Amino acid sequence: MRLKDVLSPFLAWKHLFSPPVPVRKPLEREAAPRYRGFHQNDMEECIGCGTCEEICQNAAIDMVPVEGIGTRDGDSGLRPRIDYGRCCWCALCVDICTTGSLTMSNEYQWIDTDPDVFRFVPGAEAKPWDERKKGYRKPEHYELYNTERIPMEEVPPEARSKSFIEIVKGYSKAQALREADRCVECGICIATCPAHMGIPEYIKAVREDDMEQALRVLYETNPLPEVCGRICTHKCETVCSMQYKGDPISIRWLKRYIADQVPAERYEEILGADAVEQSNKKVAVIGAGPGGLSAAYYLARLGYRVNVFEERAEPGGMMRYGIPEYRLPYDQLDKDIGYIRSLGVKMTFNTRVGKDITLEQLHKDYDAVFAATGLHQGRSTRVDGADHPMVFQAIDILRDVTEGKKIEVAEKIVVIGGGNVAMDIARTLARLQNQKYGKVQLILTSLESEDIMPADLEEIVESREENVVIEPSWGPGSIKIEDGKIKGLNVIRCLSVFDEDGRFNPKFDQNETNFFEADQVIEAIGQGMDIEYMTKKFEDRLEMTPRNRVKVDIFGQSSLPWLFLGGDITGGTDAITAIADGHRAAKGIDKFLNK
Amino acid sequence: MADKNKYREKFPEKDPDGSNIIDPESHKFIKVWQGPQHPGITGNMSLELILQGDEVMHCKTHVGYLHRGFEKLMERRRFIQCFPLVCRIAVPEPDFNEYCLAATLEELAGIKVPEAAKWMRTLILEMSRLTSFLMWLGGQSGAFGLGVAGQWTNYVRDLMLDRFEEISGGRIYRMHIPPGGVRGLTPDGFRARMEETLQAVEAAMKDVDRTLFDNAVFKRRTVGLGYIPPEMVDAYGVTGPNARAAGVPKDVRRDHPYLKYPELDFDVITGNDSDVYTRTDLRRKEILLSVDLIRQIMAKMPGSGEYMAKLPNVLHWKIPRGETYIRAECTRGEYGFYTVTDGSGYPRRINVRGPSYTHAVALMEKLAVDCNIADVAGLMSSLHTYPPEIER
Ligand SMILES: Cc1cc2nc3c(=O)[nH]c(=O)nc-3n(C[C@H](O)[C@H](O)[C@H](O)COP(=O)(O)OP(=O)(O)OC[C@H]3O[C@@H](n4cnc5c(N)ncnc54)[C@H](O)[C@@H]3O)c2cc1C
Ligand code: SF4
Ligand code: SF4
Repeated sequence: MRLKDVLSPFLAWKHLFSPPVPVRKPLEREAAPRYRGFHQNDMEECIGCGTCEEICQNAAIDMVPVEGIGTRDGDSGLRPRIDYGRCCWCALCVDICTTGSLTMSNEYQWIDTDPDVFRFVPGAEAKPWDERKKGYRKPEHYELYNTERIPMEEVPPEARSKSFIEIVKGYSKAQALREADRCVECGICIATCPAHMGIPEYIKAVREDDMEQALRVLYETNPLPEVCGRICTHKCETVCSMQYKGDPISIRWLKRYIADQVPAERYEEILGADAVEQSNKKVAVIGAGPGGLSAAYYLARLGYRVNVFEERAEPGGMMRYGIPEYRLPYDQLDKDIGYIRSLGVKMTFNTRVGKDITLEQLHKDYDAVFAATGLHQGRSTRVDGADHPMVFQAIDILRDVTEGKKIEVAEKIVVIGGGNVAMDIARTLARLQNQKYGKVQLILTSLESEDIMPADLEEIVESREENVVIEPSWGPGSIKIEDGKIKGLNVIRCLSVFDEDGRFNPKFDQNETNFFEADQVIEAIGQGMDIEYMTKKFEDRLEMTPRNRVKVDIFGQSSLPWLFLGGDITGGTDAITAIADGHRAAKGIDKFLNK
Repeated sequence: MADKNKYREKFPEKDPDGSNIIDPESHKFIKVWQGPQHPGITGNMSLELILQGDEVMHCKTHVGYLHRGFEKLMERRRFIQCFPLVCRIAVPEPDFNEYCLAATLEELAGIKVPEAAKWMRTLILEMSRLTSFLMWLGGQSGAFGLGVAGQWTNYVRDLMLDRFEEISGGRIYRMHIPPGGVRGLTPDGFRARMEETLQAVEAAMKDVDRTLFDNAVFKRRTVGLGYIPPEMVDAYGVTGPNARAAGVPKDVRRDHPYLKYPELDFDVITGNDSDVYTRTDLRRKEILLSVDLIRQIMAKMPGSGEYMAKLPNVLHWKIPRGETYIRAECTRGEYGFYTVTDGSGYPRRINVRGPSYTHAVALMEKLAVDCNIADVAGLMSSLHTYPPEIER
């Protein structure tokens, strides 16, 4: 035993007068700037997607309704409530939060005798730490999923500008799997899709490479997947929760991927060819557009005998006679329609209701009627010179192109309109000009400035790639005609299109004018409907809305109980709305006939 | 080594294999339970001791007091959800669990971890080792009646927790090593604050050195206590400081290099005979080695750069069929995760190999025999075990 060993321990006395170090002062001590303390949630930014709830391995999060927050497009109206009796402060919820609304404050102390207070909705209950700037935030460059969309390959402008070949190439399997992997399955998109398609479900099937299941999910709500996988307005993507940190999921392209993977011959085996049970009842459908086809499909599935009356020689409506082939090839459209017809749906072509057969007759011969006759009358600007024979309606030309008719293609063309129809006609004519003259001299002019042009951004970009010149913010003044020939279009500056209340009320500056040289003018400013075949005869019994549309209920049922309507004539603007209308009407008719 | 049997002649009689024959009918023995609530037991487990006088004749260990079934829980968790779970398997040094889990998943999923993240992980594991040892030292000296050393070491440990807090936002459960990398690099001004903390650790260790190691009582009670002969090391699966104190130079950092250890300069610390004193002293040296390693890491570590690999969507992350074992040197020896995946979104099986299983059960039962009851707590401490790790 050394003497040192006896004396050394007394060294401890040297700390006799040191302050008592282990006692920190918790009430005064601020936690580190990155501390993982009580959560904060920005109620405005949060969309109630529930992804935080999904990742929490402690099941500490429940999505609950919150006073003052309603359900709307892109927002479930629910907010995460956290149970701090379960939370382990791992912050995975913060890391995965799709909008970045969820963060953590650096507050960690809160004492209460009531255990229930430790379960609350962050951001909704005015906690003292709600506004704290310090606390854990998701680190930059640290992601728990891929925020970037897998790019879609397209045929380059040089290769497509003279022909009508399909531009979008579609995903390969590897690309589709990677894109499908990005989905967090929040389902926010389902409510926004007019047809409420089972989007996360079919994306999951893509991820699992189960194309049969994927196809079955598609057909639950949409019998035109090849079509919608190409030209759908994809409202779902505008609410996709992936858009906040990166790009929304390519929902539309994934739908196309599914339909493209399954050859037509296998549809019957996967989806079946028969109805659940056969009924003797008969339903007439007017119009073979998406609305009529969808109604026909679901009615056939329900066992009804369906006959579709169509004015044109082929089915498809605007999908065939409006949308150009470079966006929607006819063979793909025919694949969808072919399967519908294979269920025994009868189609009577070249038959215009109101002319070749009356609605009364249909009422007599059938138990119910569904009408989706669309908008097929182009609207005119009615400016001076608009009645010149070299002034055309966009949809008339598009129809003629489909029908293979010979159409006028001048060397210099002006298209009036800023929507997708204007883009379709401009790009169609640009191709034809290219074929005929080897170059494009086409101006597209719209009232709207480019930032509020109703056309999709990709349409604007691709038109320019195809040498269409876009001249936004001009209002058509008059068409200049000399010696009976069109010289061009006089335009005046359009200052604004909508007034303060958001109503269409364009304001012009008469002093600023311009002139676009042209030998041909195309009007693409909207379409109207022709439903005289029903309004004329049943005028007294058909209830109308103040905006002079036929009044229908949620199933599309009019005041004539046997007559159902849907699609563009009831206010739809796109194929998927028409499809949804057709599906609902089929259910409505089934209900009506089984009363 | 003190020969405890010298004073005990008649009782108990020995089996041919050398173990004590316990005859309850003889009324020479009493049974006492140490734990599960006992400060001398590092966590919730208990020792069923049979005594003759105050000498331990037989020791049986009992676990099961905090079984939470981590391994089973993980089979019902997505891979990312296992990450916040595993830290609880060894509370004073959770990071080894995070690292081992992440590394097995990364290997099976073919994910490459960025360089900066590897440095950061090395830093965190060394910091974790340091804080764990500092806390342990308090327990070890406290078990022999010297409370003050623990107060000093726990104070500097607290300073180290401040450093953890600024890196990760958590003091105890850092949760900074998810699969794929780390959740961030060090904040501004961190180096200077770290250096200050390291100096505080060194200063405290100087005081500890004098009061604990140059301490007649401590020496008297620990020299020769709980001796582990070198031949027991492999037979009982002894690793870490318990093995190194016996002169067996086992150290995963050296034997199976991982992360950035190959780029660090250090020698494996060994001792001459693994009794409680030597083991304590070896861990003192380990503390100083960690301080040195942290300085080396801070000097070499990049201050910026990628720190997270691109992960697939963690909500439906599937890992191909496979199995792997990844180990690291924790404060107590070899720590490892044996992970089996079956191509699904959930681990098929994860087995956690912590040193506590062998040290606290088989080894303890062996070493406790012939000890004085008063030394049992100190002996248990000297094996440095964490029961949750036994009951994963
Ligand atoms: C150029 C253009 C491009 C478009 N691009 C897209 C797009 O990319 N994506 C999208 O979602 N939507 C697009 N739309 C809109 C979409 O095509 C329509 O919203 C949709 O087709 C409406 O479907 P529907 O069934 O109501 O009518 P329609 O598709 O118009 O079909 C009505 C059918 O009824 C027939 N019909 C009409 N009257 C009678 C009658 N009296 N008797 C018998 N048959 C009759 C018509 O010939 C037609 O076949 C586009 C429209 C146009 C014009
Ligand atoms: S911090 Fe972790 S445990 Fe707490 S609510 Fe978020 S995910 Fe759940
Ligand atoms: S993940 Fe974010 S946006 Fe979604 S519900 Fe949770 S807090 Fe709200």
